[in-house]
Amino acid sequence: MARRPAIGWALFAAGVALAGFGVLRGEHQQVLFKAILICLECIGLR
Amino acid sequence: MTHPPGVPSGPLQRLRRTAQVFSALAANGYWPGFVRGTIYQGGLKSVCVPFLNCYSCPGALTACPVGSIQSLAAGGRFSFLVLGTTLAAGSLAGRAICGWLCPFGLIQEWLKRLSNLSLTIPGWLLKGKYLLLALLVPLSAYWVGAGGLGAPYFCQYLCPAGTLEAGIPLLLLNPSLRVLAGALWRWKLFALAALLVASAVTFRPFCRAMCPLGAFYGLLNRWSAWRLHVDTRRCEGCGQCAAACPSRLNVGCGANSPECLRCLRCVGACPHRAVAYGFAAPGENLRPAEVSVRR
Repeated sequence: MARRPAIGWALFAAGVALAGFGVLRGEHQQVLFKAILICLECIGLR
Repeated sequence: MTHPPGVPSGPLQRLRRTAQVFSALAANGYWPGFVRGTIYQGGLKSVCVPFLNCYSCPGALTACPVGSIQSLAAGGRFSFLVLGTTLAAGSLAGRAICGWLCPFGLIQEWLKRLSNLSLTIPGWLLKGKYLLLALLVPLSAYWVGAGGLGAPYFCQYLCPAGTLEAGIPLLLLNPSLRVLAGALWRWKLFALAALLVASAVTFRPFCRAMCPLGAFYGLLNRWSAWRLHVDTRRCEGCGQCAAACPSRLNVGCGANSPECLRCLRCVGACPHRAVAYGFAAPGENLRPAEVSVRR
């Protein structure tokens, strides 16, 4: 199944491209905004 | 590029344990949070680690991909950044991320040492994580409350890592949060307690039956660049790999199963040195990677 690792590397490249696209859209700022506040839902308080 | 087969499991397991501890400490290295009952608010929180690690943990330096993708979906935004980060990590290493890096997996493995019991998780229960993966983003995005917004429902109702790593320390350290604890908090504590008890009698039940991130990486196990290899010319079908595997997988009958956490116990357990692991370059012929057992 020599094709399978090649698919893995292609998916890896796609993942890097998607993450880069997300950064270009400023999603890292959105992640930051969510993650610097205590998530009351996440810990079961709301 | 593959690691030579037949590596003794002792050093490999010590290396894995070291990686797990280092990962847990590095991802939760904001020690002032554990004193003040607050969380880190610096720029590193814009980065998602590729494993489950609640970003509301007082020590968390980075964001959790499961929490982040749900929280953004709840606000009507899909996160290509989180999808891309986890896709890149999973296609590189598959569930080795679960086996080598996840702090909550480490906690479950420590609990397993408390008991010699080793119960089997029914197959249908192992499928539960795929259902949770499928529902993760759509539920957060479309099951909206009165304010027109969704919520990170997996974290809110199920995730025991958030209760253990974030909820309990924050409530112990921060009196202003204690007044908010109600029925939902009691449910989360019950779910956590049940999971911790289950962890003592079966191997990593949360990872194997409930974790949506584990399900995602499991789907990528068969394609990932870093993978297991079984030499069918050496494999005698003796089943020693299955006996050593905490998930009871017979690597000789199917390497790179979605259920394999890639702890690599099978590598050292194989008396015929048939199991190896490593990266494969694009186009490299790694036969026999997926095997039929020679009888």
